Amino acid sequence: MSAVLSVRALAKSYGGLQALREVSFDIHEGELAALIGPNGAGKTTLLSIIAGIQGPSAGTISRAPGDVGWAPQYPALYSKLSVAENLELFARLEKVSDPRAAVERMLDQTGLRERAGAAVGRLSGGNRQRVNVAVALLGEPEVLLLDEPSASLDPEQRERLWEFVAGLQAHGTTVVFSTHNVSEAQRHAGRVLVLADGRLVFDGAPRELLAAGGEGDGGDLEGALVRFLRERASSCTRAGAHPGAEL
Amino acid sequence: MILRRSRLLVALLVIYPIAIALLIGLAISRSPARAHVAILDETAPGETVQVGGEHVAVNQYVRQLLSQVQAVEVSSRAQAVAKIQSGAVIAAVVIPADLAARLASDVEQARLEVIYNGNALEQSLVQSTLNSALAKANLGFSEQIQQAAAGAIGTLLKGGNLATIGAPENLIGLSEIPSTLGAIIARQPRGHDRSELERVDAFAGFAAQNLTLAKRVLSTISQPIRVKSVLLHGRRTPLNTFAVVVAVSVSLMFVCVLLASGAVALEREERALSRLIRGTPGRGGHLISREALLAEKTLLAAGCSFVLAFAMLAGIGAFVALDWARVGLWLLALAVAAVAFAALGVAIGALVREVRAASLLAFLLSLPLAFLALVPAGAVSSGFYDVIGALSFVFPFKASLQALDAAVNGASPSIGLSVAHLAVLAAVFGGLARVGLQRPE
Repeated sequence: MSAVLSVRALAKSYGGLQALREVSFDIHEGELAALIGPNGAGKTTLLSIIAGIQGPSAGTISRAPGDVGWAPQYPALYSKLSVAENLELFARLEKVSDPRAAVERMLDQTGLRERAGAAVGRLSGGNRQRVNVAVALLGEPEVLLLDEPSASLDPEQRERLWEFVAGLQAHGTTVVFSTHNVSEAQRHAGRVLVLADGRLVFDGAPRELLAAGGEGDGGDLEGALVRFLRERASSCTRAGAHPGAEL
Repeated sequence: MILRRSRLLVALLVIYPIAIALLIGLAISRSPARAHVAILDETAPGETVQVGGEHVAVNQYVRQLLSQVQAVEVSSRAQAVAKIQSGAVIAAVVIPADLAARLASDVEQARLEVIYNGNALEQSLVQSTLNSALAKANLGFSEQIQQAAAGAIGTLLKGGNLATIGAPENLIGLSEIPSTLGAIIARQPRGHDRSELERVDAFAGFAAQNLTLAKRVLSTISQPIRVKSVLLHGRRTPLNTFAVVVAVSVSLMFVCVLLASGAVALEREERALSRLIRGTPGRGGHLISREALLAEKTLLAAGCSFVLAFAMLAGIGAFVALDWARVGLWLLALAVAAVAFAALGVAIGALVREVRAASLLAFLLSLPLAFLALVPAGAVSSGFYDVIGALSFVFPFKASLQALDAAVNGASPSIGLSVAHLAVLAAVFGGLARVGLQRPE
């Protein structure tokens, strides 16, 4: 599989705070990759740099920010406008050749045709998140970044969202999402990237992370992640190195 | 699209200029020329004050006073108090029964009683209104007394009938004594009698000269100072049209700053800003650049408030005489002022993250700035006035007021200076807004 997104030696610092350190990875076509890690690990920072919300302090990204779709954690939509109006507005701003057709396509894809005329502010959290993702897909990007897409959704809304994301992947869209919910990564992602203290400390399939954390296939990925991070921290302390110093 | 969805906001934008124009127009055009004041006259009918040989009617004074206010005659103190409490009059003036006696007295000053009510502002209005009315009434009454006194002095000088002050009839005039006595002195032999007569003659001549002078002095002290007004720059602005300019400027400022700040803050509040200013999938450019976003918000707010302010000005024009030949200058002043206010608004909106905070900040900033810009020189200490001047200089309200005053009334400074000032302020606030928008969400 060819890499549709390559990140090399990416770093970001805010004054004295090092938010990202030498992060490098490739994302391949059609992958559904999860970015996980503890709070403050740098997940949102990494996605926002790839999306072009902020610039890196160092490093390179193979795709221009405009070439990836991006759905922020909190829906970036106009709550007083309807679903269709939001989609059409962003389609026009993106200079999509046929904005009306793009709106129709997105209404079908998100299953929100019946709510097309409803103000976004009156939608459920799950439907708002669908519109949020739909806006990111208006330009038909090859790579879609989802920042904590299921945060603040109830279980049923989460399930519908993941069905939607799975449908996108089935249509060939490469998806990278960040999440606090490790079980979601275990269920839906084909690959997990673990960030800790601004460093990429694991990159592999969920079952590889299970193994690294001492769990067998079908075990608890969250427990495995916690054990993996603890063992890595203690081994680095013994070696006198930074806990996230090596992958 | 959002404006169209916010029906309440659109309704406010339409109703506001109409309501304010009507209120201001009616307030200016229908305001009573004179304040309503209750007058309780307790003096006896036909009572007079004697000055020399003349009798001046006390009711002349009452008439003078009544002519300065919208008089509401009452028959008792209780009725006067009731009218004040009901708001029918702003105050009551009681002319006491002993006014004539006190006027005639050499030791007691005549006094009036003023009854009023209300808060500090109303009290100040009553005091200034009645002080002005009483000053004019006093002036009129003193002129009548002065005329009576001058008449008595004239009779003393020219001779005639001064029987009213107990003098014999057909008195010789003081000014006639020197010529009459001179003829007698000429016939007198030199000696003691002639010397005494010459002394009397000299006194009569001196007294006549000084009484003539006293007559002139009387006319001078009745109104010792008259005022000649000289305006240094520009045309004199009638208070009515200046009030219109202030009202339109304040409305323009509030609508424009609130709309612009809210429109920019809304982008952050809806978290749409980062989506708008990041790259576009498949194209690599921004959906909209920060500069274009700010320009769009500035023009939207400026356009809405410009239409509103012009509607207001035109509406008030139905009540107050405005020079429609200068309408081109009105439009220029309103347009540039609207852009400057909108630039201030987008700068405020770029600083905050919520529409409510933006509205509050816009209001908190605009209200004192408008107030400070209206503080006249000399009303505060020179140091404080310099501070106020500096503050007013760096915000668009005073420059807008001056531009609109120049456009509507031809007042100074010239509209060109004010427009240039506003253009610079618009550029500065636009730059600040651009810096503020750089902050991450």
